[in-house]
Amino acid sequence: MLTNNTAPFQSILFARSEDRRTTTTEPPFFRDLNLDQIVNAITAGRGHYDIKPFFYASLHDADAIEYRQQIFKDLEDSALLCSLRAFSKSMVEMREHLGWANRFHYRLQRQRWFLDAAAIYCDLIINLTNQLSRFTLESKGLLSVREYLSGYIESDHFLHLLQQTHKLNGDLAAIQYCIRIKGGGFSVRKLASERNYSAEIEATFSKFQQGSVKDYRAQFTESAQMNHIEAKVLEFVARLHPEIFSSLNQYCVENTDFVEGTIAEFDREIQFYLAYLDHIQKFRCRGLEFCYPTVSDRPSELHGAEVFDLALADKLFRADGSVVPNDFRLEGAERVIVVSGPNQGGKTTFARAFGQAHYLASLGLLVPGKEARLLLFDRLFTHFEREEQSKNFRGKLQDDLLRVREILIGATSNSLLIINEIFTSTTLRDALFLGAHIMKKIVDRGSLCVWVTFVDELALFGEQVVSVVATVDPNNPSLRTFKIVRSRADGLSYAMSIAEKYGLTYRRLQERIRQ
Amino acid sequence: MKAFLMHADRDFDLEQKPPWNEQALLQDLELPSLFSAMAQGDEFLFEVAKSAIVSGIDLNVSAVRYRQDILKDCLRNPLIVRSLYDLSIRAIETPKKISWGIWGMFPESILTRSIDVLGLLVTLLKELRNIATERADRFKSEGFRTLFTMLRRELSDEYIVSVSAHLKQLRFRGGVLISAGLGKANKGVDYVLRRTCESNQNWIDRIKRFFAERPPTYSYHLHPRDDAGAKALSELKDRGIHLAANALAQATDHVLGFFRMLRTELGFYIGCMNLHERLTKRGEPTCFPVPVEPAKHGISFKGLCDVCLAMNSKGGVIGNDLNGDHKELVIITGANQGGKSTFLRSVGLAQLMMQSGMFVAANSFSANVCDGLFTHFTRAEDVTMKSGKLDEELSRMNEIVDHIRPNSLILFNESFAATNEREGSEIARQIISALLEKRVQVFFVTHLFTFAIGLYRKRMERAVFLRAERRDDGSRPFKLIEGEPLETSYGEDLYRELFLDKAVQE
Repeated sequence: MLTNNTAPFQSILFARSEDRRTTTTEPPFFRDLNLDQIVNAITAGRGHYDIKPFFYASLHDADAIEYRQQIFKDLEDSALLCSLRAFSKSMVEMREHLGWANRFHYRLQRQRWFLDAAAIYCDLIINLTNQLSRFTLESKGLLSVREYLSGYIESDHFLHLLQQTHKLNGDLAAIQYCIRIKGGGFSVRKLASERNYSAEIEATFSKFQQGSVKDYRAQFTESAQMNHIEAKVLEFVARLHPEIFSSLNQYCVENTDFVEGTIAEFDREIQFYLAYLDHIQKFRCRGLEFCYPTVSDRPSELHGAEVFDLALADKLFRADGSVVPNDFRLEGAERVIVVSGPNQGGKTTFARAFGQAHYLASLGLLVPGKEARLLLFDRLFTHFEREEQSKNFRGKLQDDLLRVREILIGATSNSLLIINEIFTSTTLRDALFLGAHIMKKIVDRGSLCVWVTFVDELALFGEQVVSVVATVDPNNPSLRTFKIVRSRADGLSYAMSIAEKYGLTYRRLQERIRQ
Repeated sequence: MKAFLMHADRDFDLEQKPPWNEQALLQDLELPSLFSAMAQGDEFLFEVAKSAIVSGIDLNVSAVRYRQDILKDCLRNPLIVRSLYDLSIRAIETPKKISWGIWGMFPESILTRSIDVLGLLVTLLKELRNIATERADRFKSEGFRTLFTMLRRELSDEYIVSVSAHLKQLRFRGGVLISAGLGKANKGVDYVLRRTCESNQNWIDRIKRFFAERPPTYSYHLHPRDDAGAKALSELKDRGIHLAANALAQATDHVLGFFRMLRTELGFYIGCMNLHERLTKRGEPTCFPVPVEPAKHGISFKGLCDVCLAMNSKGGVIGNDLNGDHKELVIITGANQGGKSTFLRSVGLAQLMMQSGMFVAANSFSANVCDGLFTHFTRAEDVTMKSGKLDEELSRMNEIVDHIRPNSLILFNESFAATNEREGSEIARQIISALLEKRVQVFFVTHLFTFAIGLYRKRMERAVFLRAERRDDGSRPFKLIEGEPLETSYGEDLYRELFLDKAVQE
């Protein structure tokens, strides 16, 4: 169907088709890191695109991540972003029209909806092609979209559709007819040269209408549906113009599947970018920064500046609270961050933000923070204490250990582990003992790990372990700062002063009185 | 159609936002008694007088003269003006006589009702035009001449005939003809009412048409029990006629609006005529003041009375004189009960009346039109603790400063006395110095001797000092004279008064 010079454009999400992994199930760590909330918020209002699966599959290849980051960088041009938004808005509109073209009762109405859908489609293709050609694009993805479109728009299939659609729309728009209503009936014929009587009335009475404020024009409820009188009128109009309406009929039969599959898939996939940019815009408006992370599977150092928990920020903004971002840095042999400090001090939030940043980066997304250099992990494991499991101590400890064992079996030196308050159900002595052993295994494995714990001693494990603590306000120790930092564990009379207060002194008055 | 009797170029807005200090003006200048005298029990006239006088402060010299000329015409032709006013009231009451029918706000019922109401209003317009034609030569003012010319121009006999013809045609005895096109979803759009050919054809054309080849036409008749169909058909008809209905309803509104505006604007002059009649009956002087451009500061008058006092006092009222050409500061000191407040109020009232285009109660009056009138009076009800009262006074002053500008006029009555004299004088001095520097005109009634004498000793060219005195013989007690401020105080004054009384008795 397409001409030969069409670029082999595949996907705006995946550089190579082998990167494409589809899964419809949420990864197991989603809930622990509140990624489920984040993804719900991002995809809200875009349910019909079914883009959640895109957020379930992390990329493990720096090039694949780069492919998406490049596209995000191109989309920093707000005009380009606008064009793509307009494109997908038109696609929605087009699909709505197609829906109506299937659902309406009267055939002549269904056919017109179909024609309109095709007209919207032609327009949006032309608009997107024209607009993309105006921008300087850097990303491989958008460049190949552009190339694809410039081929498609020249294809016979598209040109034919365009020409037919224009012709029919013009013919239909030119139709003018007359209805005479008298008593309990009406008649319909073509419009001859009858004068516009409304205009005549308005002209005669215009001198009496100046400055009128009240509008007496009736507000008619405009339903797209027709009643049987309107349908009858339309049927008569069709009989007055048989040639136009028979070609409309023909057109609908010939063009049943006019939407190109590649375009439809592009429309779906581009939502991944649009949705995320829409979502982070509200945080940017309030002064929070997002950055393109540098990812590497063999990083010499890891750090993040002003990183924050995206799910919490969303909640806080709804309640008008402010977000406390945090920094982290790991250098040399350092691989494990032990987070300790007072309860409700932001420890878990820190751990989540750390995990979220890594996961979002692995999707090729911008991450919440000013700057980030992150690990390109092969696997991400979390272990958070869960309320519902705390029914019996032995059972819970056993569950904890089984889970840790599972993690340690799967983890490599490129894995990311987020551990949050395990062993709370056992004695301190047990916790210390188990903690130290597990810590040793993690350190030996060389995995990257954030471990939130009340067991301060874990922070002293060795050079691979860094200790950070949640801080309190030094002036008022009961105030949490939610900051996580690296650390071991005059001569006037009374009357004149009133005058002064009201700005009524000679000097002030000179300034105040307007010229 | 516009009446334009209050402004040469725009309608009078009865609902206009009053100046921010309306309440202070009403209270300090006792304006409601002026409005009552003008209204003579008519609430509408009271509201018109209030709005016109309080907002008159925004008029310029030529706008003031415009109204003065109209008012002079009114005073010359009271019967004609009152008959125009009555005609406007009759017109406003017309729609109340015609019911809305049972269909409410649908185009068809709007159209029918408008045809009925407009028919009656057109008759009244014709009556109005006839007065305008017959009595035009008795009116000299630009305002009335413009109105009468407009009525003759807009309401020619031919126009009235064509309006009546349309009102008849719009009853659509021959059915409604509507054109349309195809819009979204092939629904009808752009419904336009068309003139049926028959309506402007003679019988020969009709016969020709009958035998001519007819264009293809498809007809449909509703089943008598097809209620939904009848409703749909009537909506289709409404789409055709609703613009015409709108035009007619708006025309009705406009004509009614014209009569309402005529009534409102004449209402102001009716109020002035009422007041004039009362003052004349009491033998009080009235004159048309001479307004001067804002920047040419100065205020002079002879025999100026407080209108409100003149209306309500039994004996004659003593008028005051002031030779204040080129003056910007008038300081009034002197004895209590010496007529200082009355004087201050009469100045404020005359200024407001002049600026709204009225006559004033004086033998002669001339002043610059001021750009905002402000009053800062001590308020008896505000007496709480001393410091609280000063705070209240200064906070009011603070508000005034936010609005005051060059060429404003401000009247102070015993201001800033809620502290000791030295401090009060200092505050007053600083405020007055700054105001004068910014070309604000000031009248200041005060007991703050330090303040008053300090200004007096500066020998300012643009200042006048007036003194209230009671003469020993008790005659003409409210006349103010020019003179150096005297050191008086409320307590001393009262003491002296009592002492003197006793001395007399002994």
